[in-house]
Amino acid sequence: MRDRILIIIPAYNEEKNIAKVIQSLKDANPAYECLVVNDGSKDDTQREAEASGLATVIQLPANLGIGGAVQTGFKYAFYNDIDYAIQFDGDGQHLATEIPKILLPLQAKDYDVCIGSRFVEKTLGFQSTFMRRIGIRIFEWMSRVLIHKKITDSTSGFRAYNKQAIAFLAANYPTDYPEPETVILLGKNDFRIREVSVEMIERQGGESSISGLKSAHYMIKVILAMLMTAQRQKIRRI
Amino acid sequence: MLNNIIDFLVANRIQVFSIIGSLLLFIFILKLVKRKKLKEEYSLLWLGFGFIFIALSIFKPLLEIVASTLGILYAPAALLLILVLSVFFILIQFSIVISKLAEGNKNLIQEVGILKAELKKLQLHVKEKE
Repeated sequence: MRDRILIIIPAYNEEKNIAKVIQSLKDANPAYECLVVNDGSKDDTQREAEASGLATVIQLPANLGIGGAVQTGFKYAFYNDIDYAIQFDGDGQHLATEIPKILLPLQAKDYDVCIGSRFVEKTLGFQSTFMRRIGIRIFEWMSRVLIHKKITDSTSGFRAYNKQAIAFLAANYPTDYPEPETVILLGKNDFRIREVSVEMIERQGGESSISGLKSAHYMIKVILAMLMTAQRQKIRRI
Repeated sequence: MLNNIIDFLVANRIQVFSIIGSLLLFIFILKLVKRKKLKEEYSLLWLGFGFIFIALSIFKPLLEIVASTLGILYAPAALLLILVLSVFFILIQFSIVISKLAEGNKNLIQEVGILKAELKKLQLHVKEKE
């Protein structure tokens, strides 16, 4: 039987992009199953996503934040016996045509998790702001110290997970600002992580979840979470 | 005789007030538990500190002993320390409980969302069959 591939698209107030994102995914490969997790949006995201008829849309009754939304996707994937899950932003900064690049290492059974990175090699396209790159460098250094792996773009939300990783994260995904923390969590629990180079474009709309004064809070919270995750015992897998 | 007792109470009125106050706190907490407005589990810290306050107000030398043991020169300062500590512990307990609640709440929200989506799919499927 063919592998089932689920694209998890967390969306918060993405009425302008969501339909385009779904369409681009279906254009790239009609076999992709699209799952939009509408994280309590205040705009027309729900209707826009449903209108296409190409995606399953989960409407969360309250806003959980990106981590809670993505985890909903893992739970759905786990319940539906999905083979591979792709985490894909609803704001249009990820490219559907790049999905095979992060999926391939998993399908070859060499890795459990694959992160699409902007920094492995200098790719064309969007490279993020200066301050943000400094933060990303700090995370890179931390993952090297904490799990002895070089992950250059641990804030990237463009990722592929296999069945084992899906089952694990359905039960253990961090809540807010989850990306860098998840790298440590997965590394600590012996998942094989790989990074491949992908291209991204600048967000097409919507707002970044992190800006201004929030970024200091973000850095402190994430660094603390990474340190704590590294201290914890390995979680027994089912 | 009665005058003597009254004189004694007036002279030691701070002790009288503190005994009444800490007893009232203790009884109030017990009442809340009895009426199920407060879970037993979360009443334990309150009752524990309530008990300490009662003990301190009845046995006056106890506070002096605590203060000198800790090296606090001014005994009432030890009382403040105990008070602050009690509030501290209870607040930390609140944070723990809130974190637990938030986790349960998150799981519920996720499951409700998934169930709603699955239900919608099922309804569509049934409609198509009809």
